[in-house]
Amino acid sequence: MATGATLTATRARASAKARAPFITLAGLRGIAARILPPLVVLAGFLLLWEVLCSSPTAGLPPPSRVLTEAWDIIVDPFYDNGGTDKGLFWHISASLQRVALGFALAVVAGVLLGTLVGQSEWAMRGLDPIFQVLRTIPPLAWLPLSLAAFRDGQPSAIFVIFITSIWPIIINTAVGIRNIPQDYRNVAAVIRLNPIEFFYKIMLPSAAPYIFTGLRIGVGLSWLAIVAAEMLIGGVGIGFFIWDAWNSSHISEIIVALVYVGLIGFVLDRLVAGVGVLVTRGTSAA
Amino acid sequence: MAHLSLSQVGISFRRGGKTSEVLRDVNLDIAKGEFVSIIGHSGCGKSTVLNIVAGLLKASTGGVLLDGKEVNAPGPDRAVVFQNHSLLPWLTVRENVALAVDKVSKGKKTRSERAQWIEHNLALVNMMHAADKRPAEISGGMKQRVGIARALAMEPTVLLMDEPFGALDALTRAHLQDQLMEIQTRLRNTVIMITHDVDEAVLLSDRIVMMTNGPSATIGEILPVPLARPRRRLDLVEDATYVHARAAVLEFLYARHAKPALAA
Repeated sequence: MATGATLTATRARASAKARAPFITLAGLRGIAARILPPLVVLAGFLLLWEVLCSSPTAGLPPPSRVLTEAWDIIVDPFYDNGGTDKGLFWHISASLQRVALGFALAVVAGVLLGTLVGQSEWAMRGLDPIFQVLRTIPPLAWLPLSLAAFRDGQPSAIFVIFITSIWPIIINTAVGIRNIPQDYRNVAAVIRLNPIEFFYKIMLPSAAPYIFTGLRIGVGLSWLAIVAAEMLIGGVGIGFFIWDAWNSSHISEIIVALVYVGLIGFVLDRLVAGVGVLVTRGTSAA
Repeated sequence: MAHLSLSQVGISFRRGGKTSEVLRDVNLDIAKGEFVSIIGHSGCGKSTVLNIVAGLLKASTGGVLLDGKEVNAPGPDRAVVFQNHSLLPWLTVRENVALAVDKVSKGKKTRSERAQWIEHNLALVNMMHAADKRPAEISGGMKQRVGIARALAMEPTVLLMDEPFGALDALTRAHLQDQLMEIQTRLRNTVIMITHDVDEAVLLSDRIVMMTNGPSATIGEILPVPLARPRRRLDLVEDATYVHARAAVLEFLYARHAKPALAA
């Protein structure tokens, strides 16, 4: 049997060598097949937009005018004239800092609370109904309350991020903890892991795929919430930038900012998903 | 005094107001170094017996004494080889064994002694070649070997095996049985093995404990297997003692205590 396996392996290697140039070509074709369709659709969309908004009475500027009007902020995202008159880079970095802080707090609190709810029958009975009600409250509805409590925009915005992203983290962590196979618990019992060792050696790795599902949903929600929250609290931030542009009727700048918001949201989602794949390599292959 | 003794062990489970008695009056004394198999039809509670000895389940009546001390919680002195290997999929083979060794012999062995002990046990089950692979990358037989290495590495007083080879194909199973016998000759562990395979029970055991059918299952009969060791599978096929022991177990399982559903 071992000889058979070696033979097959050798043959596979030989054929791979013979087919090498074709594979490169096929690979290129594969990449093209994935990149071309969205580019074509994007071009079609821009063309349609250009045609629809080309009349002088149109409410929105066509893409060509967006480019010329907003050229300054596109080519120089790093300018800083003091106050809130800064380039897009500074606004986005301020928003990202708020999201990073609020989300990080939500990850820690969410994973711990989720573990409690997943592990303890009584904690679940007591907390789950409350969580189910609280999680339906729209993010912005928390803002007035947090402004009243913190009396400052910055911590209020961070709190809104925290409270928005914590629910999916709690719920998914709890499901992951509840789904830890009894076998793993038995192994831990036989070697007498203490609760803290059990938490980071068995619970976290075993529930990691679920936890990362929660983190991905959570980071998406935080990015949704921060833009809205910043429109209300002001200061430096991409949400305020958009609101400020609207108040000064700079529609082109709003469009550029929206493109940035979309791209950053996409990158955040991919980032968390990527970390998840890296961390749960072993677990998901179970 | 017996090394391990179960006296008047019984267990009942309550589900929705209904109490069902799974085991009653299980009495068993096991000597040091003895290899005991527990055999019975599926659902007779043989795994429950093992789980009580392991401390994973609490007996409703009676109790288990190991070297005169009562067993009431799981511990590495009664290491378990689980039916479905129970390796942690995010750890490599070596890390799985290391998790147990580092926890169990912390304070007793230095870091380098522990590392050496991990390698030693992996070598014992011939798994050195795949020490850095994850469980998903190795075969079922290899996973079970790692499970055995992990249990042996805890240096248990009693090794508990819950149908360790049940999920394996016949050839792999025979191979692992031979390896287990070889390890057993060297280490002289006390072993309790749950099985539903008559040949496996006769080949490996010093005594075979035969369980009656549930509910309220108990020990029906205990059969000594006075075969000399080392035992070789091929020599035994026509050995009178072997054939007789095998016939006795089969007679117990299929004539006197046939599964009710099958008998009907």
